[in-house]
Amino acid sequence: MSVLTYALHYEGEFNKNSLGAVSEGARLAGELGGEAGVVVVGGDDLTDELCATLGNYGAQKVYRAKAPEGLAQPVVDAMAKVIQDEGYKYALFGGGLLGFEIGAGLTARLGAGVTMEVTAVKVQDGGLVAERPILQDSAIVDVGYVGEPGIIIGRLNAFDIKETGGGAAEVVDVDVQLEEHSTRATMVQRGEQRGADVNIEDADILVAGGRGLGKAEGFEMCEQLAEALGGAVAATRAVVDAGWYPYAAQIGQTGKTVAPKLYLAAGISGAIQHKVGMQSSENIVAINKDPNAPIFEFSDLGVVGDLNKIVPKLTEAVKAKKG
Amino acid sequence: MKICVLVKEVPDAAVEKRMDQGSKRLDRSGEKNLNPFDTHAIEAAMQIREGGAVDVDEIVAVTMGPESAFRALHKAVSLGADRSVHLTDEALAGSDVCATGYALAKVLESESPDLVLLGQQSDDGECYTIGAVVADHLKMPSLTQVIKIDVQDGSLRCERQAEYGYDTVDVQLPAVISVGDAINEPRYPSLKAIMGAKKKPLDTRSTADVGIEADRVGEAGSHTAVLGINPPPQKQAGEIIEDEDTNETVEKIVSWLEERKLLA
Ligand SMILES: Cc1cc2nc3c(=O)[nH]c(=O)nc-3n(C[C@H](O)[C@H](O)[C@H](O)COP(=O)(O)OP(=O)(O)OC[C@H]3O[C@@H](n4cnc5c(N)ncnc54)[C@H](O)[C@@H]3O)c2cc1C
Ligand SMILES: Nc1ncnc2c1ncn2[C@@H]1O[C@H](COP(=O)(O)O)[C@@H](O)[C@H]1O
Repeated sequence: MSVLTYALHYEGEFNKNSLGAVSEGARLAGELGGEAGVVVVGGDDLTDELCATLGNYGAQKVYRAKAPEGLAQPVVDAMAKVIQDEGYKYALFGGGLLGFEIGAGLTARLGAGVTMEVTAVKVQDGGLVAERPILQDSAIVDVGYVGEPGIIIGRLNAFDIKETGGGAAEVVDVDVQLEEHSTRATMVQRGEQRGADVNIEDADILVAGGRGLGKAEGFEMCEQLAEALGGAVAATRAVVDAGWYPYAAQIGQTGKTVAPKLYLAAGISGAIQHKVGMQSSENIVAINKDPNAPIFEFSDLGVVGDLNKIVPKLTEAVKAKKG
Repeated sequence: MKICVLVKEVPDAAVEKRMDQGSKRLDRSGEKNLNPFDTHAIEAAMQIREGGAVDVDEIVAVTMGPESAFRALHKAVSLGADRSVHLTDEALAGSDVCATGYALAKVLESESPDLVLLGQQSDDGECYTIGAVVADHLKMPSLTQVIKIDVQDGSLRCERQAEYGYDTVDVQLPAVISVGDAINEPRYPSLKAIMGAKKKPLDTRSTADVGIEADRVGEAGSHTAVLGINPPPQKQAGEIIEDEDTNETVEKIVSWLEERKLLA
């Protein structure tokens, strides 16, 4: 039973989550005794050399389709063709936004079962079973597939990248006839970086702010605390989309993944898409006025209270302590 | 232009959501409400209408769900929809994403909308996928997680955050767009609108009414099967401080940080 994955690329490099999916797909295909295939979609930047490097992560065959990049529907067309022509039994995706859209499109096109936010996949009775946390991660369901193919959409960072030491993958060009509707969306601008370019990935300490800060000016409080602690400031998507803080500081599914020594979250609810970008932090401190906020489920120190009262005083106390 | 907005009835945020071990479905008893993420989709439809760049003839709220789901439709109408459609049928119970998307596509087909709007996620199911499933069935272009829509001649200019930053994408109509919660601040319904909502037309449709093939929906038409429900791995619970005296609270935080050598 063969497993097909999709590898997203941008500016000549494959996406990390895609490489995780390729590694996981190769592992599962190996256990099932099938082939590990990868679909790549784009233009001339998808050189033979670049595609063949997917062999390092266990891919045996790379199917290359010429089509617009960064949009889901052309990839659905390409993957549906490869699945049907080559008989792949499973399609696996890393934790990106496109993976959700492509997996969903394939579900409709092929009448297939889909499981999303998957954190682990296991082989059981000769097929794949996906583990999916539900209800704010309070339970994990084991999901099996009825009929073929089965579609698995991973959670961000769920699958580790593993270099298998395999050789170059075979690169096969596939000729896809795009569906009419797949040509009706066009990218005008891709990957725009809004706001200042801040560096948060090298910081040992991050003070992260969310919608609970109330307004853009609330970030001044975070900046002062970060300065006192000797760290940098990070943010949630909610406040980045609202224009309160630059995109470069965003943590989570469509932002950065970090693992600092201290992650202090102020006014952040702890949504899954935020958690996936910071849960490996060594120490997590959360200040939130709602005792039921999900972030308290995975913080090491939870402070239930109003950040407007606590953060300024904490800044003073830290300053006093550090002298 | 005719806009259909997909809305869902979900357990109220205040209700503790859980799985029913017997049926292996979400336990949907208890207070229910309109999925909060869908109020952004209704608001987006209202702003397109009020924006004036295009004439919006009709905004139709559409749901698939048990009998009780009419209340979510009333709420949607109080927020601005002109009328609503309720797809309800015993045969639909237990539908997975594949079956739900197919069924919703069939009701939408019977309405021939120029634009379908959805929320970014349902508060209970959190699948993030229905939009793209529906779009493929309807053979329409689609985007999810959109946070800005500008109406152009025959198309929409949409913005969203994707893997590498913000993307701007032109999408030709008819299209299926799911909106992120940052797109707008939904209005509160007026008392008059709440009272009037019950009087607006509500069509109830069965699977047969919209040509749904019975073997493609419900538990039997689903392609995923829940094999088991397990508790998450036990994580040591963190310490909790309730802020009563802020000076004391801050002292506690500082010593906690000091113990871990984070104030070096
Ligand atoms: C496909 C997809 C991708 C996403 N990608 C990301 C991502 O990369 N990063 C990300 O962060 N999110 C992402 N999200 C969004 C995510 O689901 C949440 O909506 C977001 O993280 C919420 O941000 P928040 O915690 O700032 O806001 P909210 O969820 O609104 O939480 C605000 C919190 O502040 C608290 N609060 C309010 N006032 C105070 C006060 N005075 N004192 C103390 N506490 C207070 C409230 O109790 C609340 O818990 C994504 C979502 C989707 C669907
Ligand atoms: N049963 C349903 N009836 C109508 N709309 C739905 C239904 N389920 C999901 N949706 C729509 O699809 C969006 C995304 O849901 P989901 O993919 O389940 O997270 C929701 O915000 C709704 O707009």
